[in-house]
Amino acid sequence: MDFEAMREYLPLFKDALALTVRIGWQGVLLAFLIGIACAIIQHMRLPVLRTVAAVYIELFRNTPLLVQLFFLYFALPKIGLRISAELCGVLGLGLLGGAYMAETIRSGLESIAPIQSESAQSLGMTGMQAFRYVILPQAVSRSVPGLIANVIFLLKETSVFSTVSLMDLMFTAKDLIGMYAKTMECLTLLVVFYLIMLLPVSVLGSLVERRLRHAEFGP
Amino acid sequence: MQSLGLDVLFKGKNFVRLLGGLWVAVRISLISVAISIALGLIMGMLMAGKNRVLKAMFRVYLEIVRIMPQMVLLFVVYFGTTRVFGWNLSPEASAIIVFSFWGVAEMGDLVRGALVSIPRIQYESAEALGLTTAQVYLYVILPQTFRRLVPLSINLITRMIKTTSLVMMIGIVEVLKVAQQIIEANRRTSPNAAFGVFATVFLLYFLICWPISRLAGYLEKRWA
Repeated sequence: MDFEAMREYLPLFKDALALTVRIGWQGVLLAFLIGIACAIIQHMRLPVLRTVAAVYIELFRNTPLLVQLFFLYFALPKIGLRISAELCGVLGLGLLGGAYMAETIRSGLESIAPIQSESAQSLGMTGMQAFRYVILPQAVSRSVPGLIANVIFLLKETSVFSTVSLMDLMFTAKDLIGMYAKTMECLTLLVVFYLIMLLPVSVLGSLVERRLRHAEFGP
Repeated sequence: MQSLGLDVLFKGKNFVRLLGGLWVAVRISLISVAISIALGLIMGMLMAGKNRVLKAMFRVYLEIVRIMPQMVLLFVVYFGTTRVFGWNLSPEASAIIVFSFWGVAEMGDLVRGALVSIPRIQYESAEALGLTTAQVYLYVILPQTFRRLVPLSINLITRMIKTTSLVMMIGIVEVLKVAQQIIEANRRTSPNAAFGVFATVFLLYFLICWPISRLAGYLEKRWA
């Protein structure tokens, strides 16, 4: 191991981490927005929009992010839609994640037995109140493990951004290996930096999960 | 407006080549899934047991797999281990190693979850009827876990197929790579081919994964 070289590469990896985190959280945020919107559309059974959401969810859940990115980055410019690499990353992550988030939220909402909202209404709550005070808290606590898993999955998926020439961690490692052939050093840094990025999310996630379990109903 | 590449797609053997590339991806994931299911079953049964050391080791293993992007693992195995140990690993072999490493962990966790979800009374009743431990598993527990497992492992297959798109990064010529080659080869005659070809790849992946995930969803509902 050449520690001198590793120290030299460190700033490059730090920049790459910053870029990965920036695109990562923007993408995750977009995914949450799209996911919540789709889940609401499907839960309220809005006509037409519901079909659009269903088609979108199936399309993006059943294709790899890499293929989606290639489509956004290389194919769309051919019909006159040019998107910057960074926006491609955010969009790709948001569209992929949105489909997953929507499914998780929807199954959380669906898992609440109808008797819950019926009981709430027979206690004199309005539909809105029943949703806000009875359904939503339970649905959220059921969806959280899935949502956290999705966030980790999305942050992991950022590793494919190197293919559309975004200088993320993967790109930096590949580039440095190509130039200096210090394979082990670069791969070690790569693994360490991914750990720095994802370990806190994973630990925080399991803490939140444990905390929210109290909101669950039943034995 | 020039053509969007659909003519390129059907020129010569291009479409057959694309399908060949898809087969490479599917083959890698099927082999990995087979290995994952076999080893994952053993793994899960060990994990549902009481050995604390094994459990702790499995948690660490699972956490590594959950946190590390598959692309990083591919690079570590294909470029890293070959460097350190000096052996020669084909890209396909590295891909299968990485996907199995990932799949065994996921499968093991699924099996563990399914085994734990079987009420204890099932074990106790079976034993009270005089079945040996092997018989308890064979005739009582495994048939029940099987129903919960099948939809989940089918889902794992689609996830593997989707992830195989990454193997292009370690030099395997699969469907995306073939698509790039076709686009490059026809750059001068039809510069807009990227649209049609990548759209086709997108659809091909969808056409493979969608029926499989529908099947998983159907079985999940039916056997729940």
